Amino acid sequence: MQFFLQNIVNALQLGSFYALIALGYSMVYGVLMLFNFAHGDVFMVGGYIGFFVAAGLLALANTGILPLADNVMLGLVLVLTLFITMILTSLVGMLIERIGYRPLRGAPRASAAITGLMIGIILETGNLAILGPTRLSFPALIESTTYVIAGVFVTNKKMIIVLVSLLLTLALHQFVRRTKWGMAMRAMAFDFVVVPLMGISINNIALLTFGLGSALAAAAGILFGVAYPVLDPYMGILFGWKAFVAAILGGRGSILGASLAGFMLGFIEIFVAAIFPSTMRDLIAFSIILLILTFRPHGFFGEPYSAQLRL
Amino acid sequence: MPLLEVKQMTHFFGGLRAVHDYNLQVEPNQIRGLIGPNGAGKTTIFNLITGVYDPTEGDIVLENDTIKGLQPFQIASLGLGRTFQNLRLWRHMTVLEHVKMARYSKITYGLSGAFFDTPKRQKEEHEIEQLAYDLLDLVGIRHLAGQVVTNLPYGAQRRVEMARALATEPKILFLDEPTAGMNPEELVQMMEIIRRVHQEIGLAIFLIEHRMRVVMELCQIIQTLVFGEVIAEGTPEEIQSNPKVIDAYLGKEVEV
Repeated sequence: MQFFLQNIVNALQLGSFYALIALGYSMVYGVLMLFNFAHGDVFMVGGYIGFFVAAGLLALANTGILPLADNVMLGLVLVLTLFITMILTSLVGMLIERIGYRPLRGAPRASAAITGLMIGIILETGNLAILGPTRLSFPALIESTTYVIAGVFVTNKKMIIVLVSLLLTLALHQFVRRTKWGMAMRAMAFDFVVVPLMGISINNIALLTFGLGSALAAAAGILFGVAYPVLDPYMGILFGWKAFVAAILGGRGSILGASLAGFMLGFIEIFVAAIFPSTMRDLIAFSIILLILTFRPHGFFGEPYSAQLRL
Repeated sequence: MPLLEVKQMTHFFGGLRAVHDYNLQVEPNQIRGLIGPNGAGKTTIFNLITGVYDPTEGDIVLENDTIKGLQPFQIASLGLGRTFQNLRLWRHMTVLEHVKMARYSKITYGLSGAFFDTPKRQKEEHEIEQLAYDLLDLVGIRHLAGQVVTNLPYGAQRRVEMARALATEPKILFLDEPTAGMNPEELVQMMEIIRRVHQEIGLAIFLIEHRMRVVMELCQIIQTLVFGEVIAEGTPEEIQSNPKVIDAYLGKEVEV
């Protein structure tokens, strides 16, 4: 039982990253019918931007500019880092849409996919060229405390990570449900030809979609930095692919689905690694997902219909 | 002064001349029709005026201002509404949401309004719903407001499109085959709705139609388009007796 609960706690943390990244994949796919294969690298960029923002804010905090207790100050730095980094990274995402994808709006799907892969490589190697091959260690923004609840080790970091990821998912859900921009995104997912007739600029909604997705990936990047305090230029590749799989598993454009599938992927991976040799983790995890997709090719909440029908 | 004026519009798709020297003047509160055989370029003309394509030559003026070269969303916000030949609804949204979406540019509450349900949002939402219900009344589907559109019969879906187009408060409404695929009963109802919209809102309407009965009964002036060129323009009576139109539709009379 203890073993089981401990793994659930670990799975929740890993799932949080997958879920946050998967949301961006799923939204862009839902609204614009394209896979932004650079999204995993946006997660990496978010982590790096977060690193510099956090370092800057910490330096500022150390000057004693605000007379606050250490842990309060640290909390403030974390919140500000999240906030500023999400905004900056969303600008990166919008830039990718503007120069990478907008010119390809009418082009075949494959062109957009290839462009995405290239943008990803540019982000990775660009990072490598600018910052060099050494890994960065993310500053500690949370003073780690470990609680033992019913024999299970739970750190405050893990709780914060899971909480932030759930809050952001909820906020996104509310955004899509309740704002006019969210409504326009939903409408575009079903049929975008009539959307301009409502006086809505498709380009603006596309930018917004990329911006939101990138902001969530940035949050995942920071939370990742908090959990495993190491950043490297290629950290987004594997995470990106796994989150992509989660987005597919969740169903096109489904926020609930992407989030659920992200957490599920976390659970499968952690439990497989806990029971089988960890070298078999991805093999078994993805076999399970393949099996699920065989029976539900459109994912949990996706709709069974051809993508081409819509165009 | 005409509400909408198209002057000498010509459009090429590559080397193909799809529309040649097209002229149009729509007066306020007028119903105009555009007929022609399949492939004559009727929908292309709609697409050119609504900004989907940018015409190769010519000018389009809506109330003194040229709208040629503007983006479709800009033209729509200037007061040009449109429905499509085939249904273009957002399948899993409700009827009410469709009409609400059409009010997009008039919604002013932002993030805080959406997240905290401010009085401002409540007031705006209330006004939108009021307007939506009025429009749904007009097209006769008020009782379906909460339904998801995929569950509705075809005729009702067409009415949703109409209500949505009206909710953008257009000055002129373009209808691309509003009765396509309808059974005789739905057809009569749709004609009634178009008439009502015309009378109650006082909207100018420009419609493409294949069914002669609809065009002849509704329109004040009709253009006949063949191979991208207008071969006849006039009242329904004039069009019906115009030998060129009869040729285009039935073929030439040959002495045997």
